[in-house]
Amino acid sequence: MAMVYPKSTRYRVWFTHLTLLGFIALIVFPLLMVVSISFREGNFATGSLFPDQPTLEHWSLALGIPYTQADGTVLQPPFPVLTWLWNSLKIAFISSVLILMLSTTSAYAFARLRFAGKGPILKAMLIFQMFPPVLTLVAIYALFDRLGQHISWLGVNSHGAVIVASLGGMALHIWTIKGYFESIDASLEEAAIVDGATTWQAFVHILLPMSVPILAVVFILAFITSITEYPMASVLLMDIDKLTLSVGAQQYLYEQNYLWGDFAAAAVLSGLPITAVFLYCQKWIVGGLTAGGVKG
Amino acid sequence: MFAVNAAERVTPTMMKSTTRLPMAQWGKGCKWGLWFAFNALALYLVVVLYAQQQTAFALLGLVVTGIASFVFINKRAYAHRYTYPSVAGMLVFVIFPLLYTVGIGFTNYSGSNLLSLSQAQEYHLKQTYVSGARHPFSLHDGASGQRLKVTIGDQALVSEPLNAESAGDGASVPLMPASNVTALGAALPLRDVIAQRKALETWTFIAPNGVELRLYGLREVATVKHLYRLLDNGDLLNNRSGERLNLDHQQGFYVDRHGNTVAPGFTVYAGWSNFARVLSDKSIRDPFLQIFAWTVVFAALTVVFTLAVGLVLASLLQWELVRGKAFYRMMLILPYAVPAFISILVFKGLFNQNFGEINLVLDSLFGSRPDWFSDPTLARSMILIVNTWLGYPYMLLLCMGLLQAIPRDLYEASAIDGASALDNLLRITLPLLMKPLMPLLIASFAFNFNNFVLITLLTQGAPDIIGATTPAGTTDLLVSYTYRIAFQDSGQNFALASAIATLIFILVGAMAWLNLKLTKVKV
Repeated sequence: MAMVYPKSTRYRVWFTHLTLLGFIALIVFPLLMVVSISFREGNFATGSLFPDQPTLEHWSLALGIPYTQADGTVLQPPFPVLTWLWNSLKIAFISSVLILMLSTTSAYAFARLRFAGKGPILKAMLIFQMFPPVLTLVAIYALFDRLGQHISWLGVNSHGAVIVASLGGMALHIWTIKGYFESIDASLEEAAIVDGATTWQAFVHILLPMSVPILAVVFILAFITSITEYPMASVLLMDIDKLTLSVGAQQYLYEQNYLWGDFAAAAVLSGLPITAVFLYCQKWIVGGLTAGGVKG
Repeated sequence: MFAVNAAERVTPTMMKSTTRLPMAQWGKGCKWGLWFAFNALALYLVVVLYAQQQTAFALLGLVVTGIASFVFINKRAYAHRYTYPSVAGMLVFVIFPLLYTVGIGFTNYSGSNLLSLSQAQEYHLKQTYVSGARHPFSLHDGASGQRLKVTIGDQALVSEPLNAESAGDGASVPLMPASNVTALGAALPLRDVIAQRKALETWTFIAPNGVELRLYGLREVATVKHLYRLLDNGDLLNNRSGERLNLDHQQGFYVDRHGNTVAPGFTVYAGWSNFARVLSDKSIRDPFLQIFAWTVVFAALTVVFTLAVGLVLASLLQWELVRGKAFYRMMLILPYAVPAFISILVFKGLFNQNFGEINLVLDSLFGSRPDWFSDPTLARSMILIVNTWLGYPYMLLLCMGLLQAIPRDLYEASAIDGASALDNLLRITLPLLMKPLMPLLIASFAFNFNNFVLITLLTQGAPDIIGATTPAGTTDLLVSYTYRIAFQDSGQNFALASAIATLIFILVGAMAWLNLKLTKVKV
């Protein structure tokens, strides 16, 4: 396409590159710093970006292996980081699977079936999703406290509670999947139903196989949301061994017990896989976030 | 527990039907079996909750499971079989907590008034006092069960064999002279007494002369009497001093004649008093208004900053002469890819006054070490810096998508007319972006209005506002302020927190409604 360019274009392109690189350097500085700190000796060390005497002390502790210092003293891992990571992954996996199943079936009905109250229900879901769960924590705590007296795996201080509580946040996922379903032509399913398939069969055997990309997006989004969820888990979980990563990580940085180096290693260790997954899937995620059902 | 039982009970009928009925019938039987099991479990839970006076929870259970069983038997509600699970999830974990929270706002529910009236009465009625001499006891194995031996002066008394099944509050066991009992084993060690302690504490032992003895510690029994007696009008009478405690429904406490309250209190309806406190009590109102103002400023500035950074970057990346877009894009959305709870804590460390890297850099460049966590203005700037870092990639992604939709020839035409880049931005890009962007900006405003995680992990609201009676900080947002009143204040004032939460609900509701209007969502 022909475009009219001003004279100084070349310098401006270079300037743009420099601006972008400078900005990226500024943005990435904190992240590089943390990686650097995780290799420094002790918890209060300062120094250059590349540590003079790199040590694996913090990494060993983050992986749960006691570390023997040069003078013979043995450092014990302060917190069970790997247990937290496992708890987080477990909760995130189960709740994303549940969210995916339930929001897919709902989205199917909203996209394909005709029934009374469809519009109001969808709109109400969207509105209620905007209310911050933090404010209702007293009620949510009370709810699980009562439930736990009768169903022990759903009580306070159980992973079941955190998983089940996440089922309140499906509205946006339903909208996203619904938007995708509506973009698929319904004639195949209609043909199947004419041939005697039930609505359920048409949904499972025809629509679902065609929707794998959006299901992957929703799964990843639900997974990341669950991993980074903080308020509910902070109120519902208490035992140090049951905490999720998002609740546990802050234990490193208390005024009285400031384990900056250990935190850095734990943060890189646990943050890296999540970051990698996100970057790997960014194309699909971005599509899901911006081009989903809820757009202007 | 019950779920397992119900399932087990259903299985035999299902097995029988496999042998008798054809496949379709079996499926139907299975379905009905599950339906009945589900309803039985649900009804059990509802009845138990109701019996425990948890009316709100019983009602929730009734509504949710009632609709569920209706939806799954009624042919006309077929579509709702697909939608109901997620609707139920919202009902239970979003809408019910919302209503419950609003409800708490009208009570005095707090750390000192946790119990219901009957629970508080029960607590008071369980209080006992020692009104006579204490006597040593020992536990013995006997032919027909364990017996308790009490030595009063030089007289030894032995109980009937203790039967664990009869244990319960108020159960009584007669004592008889030791000479009546033969074959009493040796005294059991303390370990066994400790093991039996729960049961032993429930029995009242009655000596031949009618004196009632109860367990007092692990080695002695004593004449222990209940401290209070319940009167007909709900007041309590102190058995020891004869004093009367009046039931005060206004305060939610029992009060003695000097007007002192006797803990624990109970939950009562408090009307609008919590709301009145927020609006009239100066030591609550002033911090509340200050925090409210900061919350609005914070959310608005965050939207402006993230949008500005995101838009500029998106425009730069949009330029087709710039190479390496994939690399830039990946690096630029890095802050979005790192889990927020990790990056916020990283910034908390980097901004540390003494050994944070940011202060080391500032120190070597300008020779100053600002105290980011103690000075209100600095703390607020830090929060905005961190939140801009966290939030601009989202705006960048949105703008990149939307910029692509603007026709290129508009810029072509403006270039021919000799317009500057600024003209392009203000006259073409912004006006065309604003319309589709507006609902997303409102959503972003609403999200940051309630950005609890950022504040909690970064500053926890510090530095504190001076002169506030509730825990209030200069960097607190309304949500974190509410959370701290409910969970961190020593008083755990759930009611006040809920009243403030209700006010926030109204604000958020308005924002959500506005957003829906602007988006004009098509269903």
